[in-house]
Order: sequence, then C-alpha cells, then structure tokens
Amino acid sequence: MEIPFAITLDVGTSRANHTGSWRVERPVYVDRMPPCNNACPAGENIQGWLYEAESGNYEGAWRKLVEENPIPAIMGRVCFHPCETACNRVQVDEAVGINAVERFLGDLAIEKGWVLPDAGPDTGKRILVVGAGPAGLSATYHLRRLGHHVRLVDSARRLGGMMRYGIPSYRLPRDVLDAEIARIVAMGVDVELGHVVHDIEQERSEGGFDAVFLAVGAQLGKRVNIPAGDSSRVIDAVSFLHQVADEDPPLLGRRVVIYGGGDTAFDAARTARRLGATDAVVVYRRNRERMGASGEELEQALGEGVTVRWLSTVNKFDGDRMVLEIMRLNDEGFPEPTGEFEELDADSLVLALGQDTDLSLLDRASDVKVEDGVVEVMESMMAGASGIFAGGDAVPADRTATVAVGHGKKAAHGIDDFVMGRTSVPKERHELATFDRLNTWYYADAPRTKRPELEKIRRQTNFEEVIGGLNEGNALFEARRCLSCGNCFECDNCFGVCPDNAVIKLGPSQRYQFDYDFCKGCGICVKECPCGAIEMVPERI
Amino acid sequence: MTTQPVHFYQIGSFAVGNRLLSDGERTVQSNLDRANSIDSGHRACQGCGEALGARYALDAAMRATNGQIVAVNATGCLEVFSTPYPETSWRIPWLHSLFGNAPAVATGVAAALRVKGKKDVRVVAQAGDGGTVDIGFGCLSGMFERNDDVLFICYDNEGYMNTGVQRSAATPPAARTATTEAVGPEPGNTFGQGKDLPRIAMAHDIPYVATATVADLHDLERKVERAMEIHGARYLHVLVPCPLGWGSASNETIHVARLAKESGLFPVFEAEGGVVTSVSKIRRQVPVEDYLSIQRRYAHLFGKHPRPDVVARIQAMADQNIARYGLVDEQADSKEMAQ
Repeated sequence: MEIPFAITLDVGTSRANHTGSWRVERPVYVDRMPPCNNACPAGENIQGWLYEAESGNYEGAWRKLVEENPIPAIMGRVCFHPCETACNRVQVDEAVGINAVERFLGDLAIEKGWVLPDAGPDTGKRILVVGAGPAGLSATYHLRRLGHHVRLVDSARRLGGMMRYGIPSYRLPRDVLDAEIARIVAMGVDVELGHVVHDIEQERSEGGFDAVFLAVGAQLGKRVNIPAGDSSRVIDAVSFLHQVADEDPPLLGRRVVIYGGGDTAFDAARTARRLGATDAVVVYRRNRERMGASGEELEQALGEGVTVRWLSTVNKFDGDRMVLEIMRLNDEGFPEPTGEFEELDADSLVLALGQDTDLSLLDRASDVKVEDGVVEVMESMMAGASGIFAGGDAVPADRTATVAVGHGKKAAHGIDDFVMGRTSVPKERHELATFDRLNTWYYADAPRTKRPELEKIRRQTNFEEVIGGLNEGNALFEARRCLSCGNCFECDNCFGVCPDNAVIKLGPSQRYQFDYDFCKGCGICVKECPCGAIEMVPERI
Repeated sequence: MTTQPVHFYQIGSFAVGNRLLSDGERTVQSNLDRANSIDSGHRACQGCGEALGARYALDAAMRATNGQIVAVNATGCLEVFSTPYPETSWRIPWLHSLFGNAPAVATGVAAALRVKGKKDVRVVAQAGDGGTVDIGFGCLSGMFERNDDVLFICYDNEGYMNTGVQRSAATPPAARTATTEAVGPEPGNTFGQGKDLPRIAMAHDIPYVATATVADLHDLERKVERAMEIHGARYLHVLVPCPLGWGSASNETIHVARLAKESGLFPVFEAEGGVVTSVSKIRRQVPVEDYLSIQRRYAHLFGKHPRPDVVARIQAMADQNIARYGLVDEQADSKEMAQ
C-alpha cells in the first residue's frame, strides 16, 4: 500500500487493540435453578418444558416433561402446584399457569397417542413394586426406563391407588387416569391386582427380587371415639370415597356432616353433594387460615353449596341430632373447648381426620425402622440397608400425589444404584434464580389465562370434570408468560447492548459467547439480561 | 406510526430480539449480519453510552440504505476514541474535519454526491452535545435553514466528557461538572440556562426531528429508519449516558437512560415539519430522585446535606415535560397487551 505524504503507518483496524485487558471482572453465562423447578416435588424441569411449549413444539415439551413425570394429564389436574406458588411472575402480575399448561400437554399426548420412551436394555434385575398409586407407578416407569424387570402388585381390583380410590372423578376423570396408567403398563410391566402382600421378606425371597419398593399408601381412615347412637351412620372418608369409586356409594341421607379440614374432607363434602345431599357441612376445629385444604378446593366447595362450621368439634351424634362444641384458638393457635354447644340436624357423619398406613407386611423385616406409623428412609429412599425402599404416603413427607411421583423417581434411581452396585454422586444444584436477579422491564404485562369452570349448578349433581382445560391458543399464551428465570431464552439483549461488540451470537439454540479479547467488563449485559442468566466474576489478576 | 405490532412473546417488544420473532420483527441489532459500523477495540470507557448509541443509529441507517452511507464526525469523544492514529473502528466511509464544522462538511459531502449523481448514497453527520449545541451550532442552524439532505445525529451526554467533564449548553441544572462545581448556595450548573436543541430544530420547520435514548432500541431504530425515508435536513437527538461524567456505574448506562425517560426529564418524541407527531409514553413512572440519586454528579443533592428544594425544582422540570408532551397515558398498560 502506498502511504500518503507525512503518513508513516498503515491504517489498521482497532481490533488490534485488545480492550479486554482493561477488565477486572468478567461476565459469564450461567444456568440458574428456576424457582418452579426448585419447588416441584416431582423434580420436573418446568422451565425446560415451557421453553419448548413456547415455540409450539408441544411434543418436545411433553417429552421433556415425561422425562421426570410420566403422568402429566393426571398431575395437571390434581397437583397442588407449589411451582406456581414459587413462580417469580407472582411479583410481576400473576403466577404462570404451569399446572394448566401441564394438563394441556398431558391431554394432547393422550389425544395424539404419543408413547412413553422405550424401556431400557434388560439388566436382568427383578424389582417388586407394592402399591400401584402415584409412587408405585412413577417408580415402575423409571425402573423400566433403566431396564429393570418390574412386578407391580396392588390389593385393589384396579390400578391407580388413591388417584382412583381417593380423588373423586369430577377432579380426575377416569378415562384420563386409565390412559396414562395404560401407557406405563405398555412399557412391559408384570401386573398383579387383588394381591395382598402379607410378608414382604417372604414375598421378596419367593419371587427372587433384587429389591422392593413399598408404596402402599395410607389407606386407613383415622377414627375418633364419638358417642353415636347408630354407628352405621358413621363412615370414614377414605372408605366413603373408595366405595364411590367402586360405584357402590353408601347411603348417607340428605344431611351429611364431614369432620375434618383437609382436602379429603372437602372431596367428601363435594362428593356427598353430588350424591344428592342437600346439606354438606364441614365441621373443623380450627379456622380458615389454619385448615389443611387448599384455598382453591375450599372456594370450589363453597361455590357448590358446601358449608363450613369453623372452630367446632363433633361432641355427640345421636339419632338425627348432632351436638357440636364451639372452640376457640389459644395464643399458640391451638383450638381449645369453650364449653358452649350447638345442635345440628344430621343423617350421617363422615370422618376425614387423616389416614394411617398399614405396615403389617414389614413386621418380619427387622432392619426396617417404622416410627409414628411411617417408614424411615434414607436420601435414596432405602429403608435400612436391606434393599427395601419406600415412598409415597408410607414415608414421612407431605401426602400428595406429586410428592409420591417424586418419591417414585428418586426410589427408582436409588434402587438402580443398589442393584447395579453403584454409589451415585449427587448432582450439583444450580444457584436459585431469585426475583432480584431478573430485569422485569423487558417482560410485557400479560394476565393469566383462567381455565373455564363448569357452571356451579351443573356440578352439584354430576361427576363431570369441574375445571376445563386450555385450548392451543391460550396454552401457548400461558406458556409464553414464563420468565425463563435463570435460563437464557435467546432474547439477544446481551448481543445488542454490548458497547464493544464483545458478545458473539452463535445462532438458533446455540446461545452466545463472550469475546474476552474486547469485553471491557462494564456489566451492562448482566444488568440488562431479563432472566438473570449472566453473572460477573472477578478476573484472576 | 410505522411500528410493527408484535404479538405477545415472553418479553413483548422490549428486548433486542427474541428467538420466536420473525427476522422482520427483530431489531437490526439482533441480526448476526448487522453492520457493526463501529467495531471492537475502540477506546471508549467501560459502559459507554455513546459508543452504543452510535452503533445503534448507524447500523440502522446502514440497513435502511443498503449500506450506502457516508458519515461525517465532529470532534468529540466519539471521534477521539474511535480513531487513535493509525487505528480506526469505523467500518463505513467516515470523515472528520473540525469540532465546529461537521454540519457544513456534511452539507459539502451531500453536494458532492449530488454533483456526482450518486442519489443512493446518503449522508449522516454526528456529533456530541458540545459539537452540536455549542461549537457547531451556527453551522447546524445553517444546514437546517438550507434544508440540506443530511441526517444530523447528536449523541447527548450532557457535557464535554472527553476533555475532562466540562459544562456544555446541554448540561442539566444542578449537575456537577469541572466548571460548575458543587459549591455555594446554588451548587452545580445553574437553572434557567442551556439550550433545548430538539425544540430549536423544530423551530426551523425542518422535515423531521426526533429524540431517542439508548434504552429503547426499537424506538431508536424506527426513528432512524423513518429519517432515512425523508430527504432534507433531519435531526435526531439521542440521550447517551456517560458513566465517567455522570458518575454512574458502568453497568447502569441503559438503566440510567431508561430512568431519564421514565421520570419525564428526557421527553422522547418525534416531530415532522415542526409539529409533534408522536410521543413515547412513560411506562412505569418514577420520581426524578430515582434518576438523580444513582449519579454522582448529583451527589450534593443527597447525603448529609440534602437539597430537597433543588430536587423539587428538577421534578418541576420533569412535570413540565410531562404536561408539554403528554407523556403520561392512563391507558398505557392496556396498550402493551397485544393479542
């Protein structure tokens, strides 16, 4: 190149000037744990499957979902969705309707006939799963994926456990339940129904099982001693719901009192209404703030004409009169009697006071520790060092279907390690993606899509499903409300806002990388990342 | 309005891009093949708003003209940090002459192109606020009056930052600079002085005047695109925070610009033929204190000896802007919801 007069150097690009040397801190891309995933008892990668759903790739979303939870159409109906409670979007407008989208994906999968992943290559190991509720079915699914042979036994005549015999069909239609269970069984499971296991050690050795998973649930309704003239008119809620599920409902009369304040109490009350009770009165000894049932369940029950007597206990049930004692909460919040009484007309009493587990099958299993009516388990869900694992309502934890699904998965991996003679290293958990790490300026305001509810008047008399589903349009909208907390969703902000062009865009689903030759470490990308997926770390100097 | 309605996706239209949007709906900056008119290796400070604003505006102009632009630059930070001999950060034809004559040089370039019959090549002139409102003001007013076919962009960082943070006629009241120190009963820059150049430009009745900030890329790009559709004298005034001169953290550059707009202190609007045609409404209004208190140039208004009286006078300026341009819209929230 010919250099002009009075010029001594060739012109060159400023890229020769590596401004990265100015930096004392560097930005790095991170993946943080979204609060929904963190809160999910079943360990779902919720942010991950919503990400797929956002682009309309529903099958991809469903596949990601069933990696952790094989029964999304069921969970999309019965889960109490702690994910939504934890959702960061609550602080912007309202939580993302995760549960509704999960149900939409689950229903779509049934409609389209998508099948679960194939069972893994045969390991030759045999596992006995006792109990075909959510824990047992979840464990069965994960064990089959790991290539183990599974024998699934249950004392009932049909599969599903409490999902069939405890949850009324207006909350969980039986065709949905059947479809999702059938999909698991189709992976190749040796099922035996109507089979009661009396002695787990004997059953295990006779069948030559390498490990056992106990998911027997809590099937025994707790009773209290209430003076009653006619004990035939007192029934526990578990038996009541079980008989309804078997299409053999007991005759409760027109005025039904339900004693208890958990979800089961309200399930029983709503079921009683549907069976023709004019009065379904829930009697609970504490107040609304301290009840065990979810607010959603209470609202639906009240909407269906169920009434509640807060701060009351059942004192006596004689003939068609019931005596209630009024309670008050003491300073610690415990209910105590006041000595004041009220009378109530009643034809029958349903006791919904909690459930116990029948663990007599463990009587001869000496190294399994049973305390307070539940089985003590380790992190791997193993009870003692004997290859007996337990989960669901039979172990100390919240008694929900979602927790049970999580137990099933965890136990399956614990069993896999045990029978294959491995010790697994616990996976490192990412740091939580808290709200203060988000830059919510970039998210458009968008209200949550409500699922339609059946007209109240219709649902008092039949067992049709109460909560409707989303359609494709509003499911997509709802999925796109996800803030993608802590996980890059390729909004191009970092690529755009860098004053030094030091962010390299790698193309669709490849994300970005920093060009540390030129990054001056100003930190704008971190500040302007909507989802908090970049952090500054000190340079080693 | 020429805005494309954007369907509701995770982040609406506020972010630079989005994997779910079609290419046409994304910003120029989100494209892999953006011009990068100003390249890496420039010597602007960490978090420089002007380097960012210049790339935003020129890349948009490059797309609007299919890469047919010539840029003329006044003296200032942008010129100094981009071209230390013998390096250059410019990937476009670029000229620098003097501090005060950029509008006149641009006029000359436009005339030369006209003579050569190059109708498709457009001229952009750019300067900081010093080169625009003070030193280049006479040339600029002449360029407006003659309605020369130039888009003049002022990157306003509210002072002479490159030479050590001296006051310009764009420095806001009460701000501390090297020449308006935070001492005496009226600390910092005086009230009631300075020039509001967008309004002065409008008074020339030129075809297009607009303001923008680096905090709203979609708006800035749309305005550059609109400006390139028009022939004649056009003026774009872009607020570009200066971490050095404003005493704001280097990572706050965009945030500070956003607060300038959301407080009402910097009205974002566009005008054609001297008449305001659209304003960017305030989305989440904040008191001026939120904007002032994160900048050390206003530190003397807070802390041990706070000056709420001065803050109140600045708030009154914001309120006046809000009233003058109608920046607050009761319906703003519902408009955001597409679909």
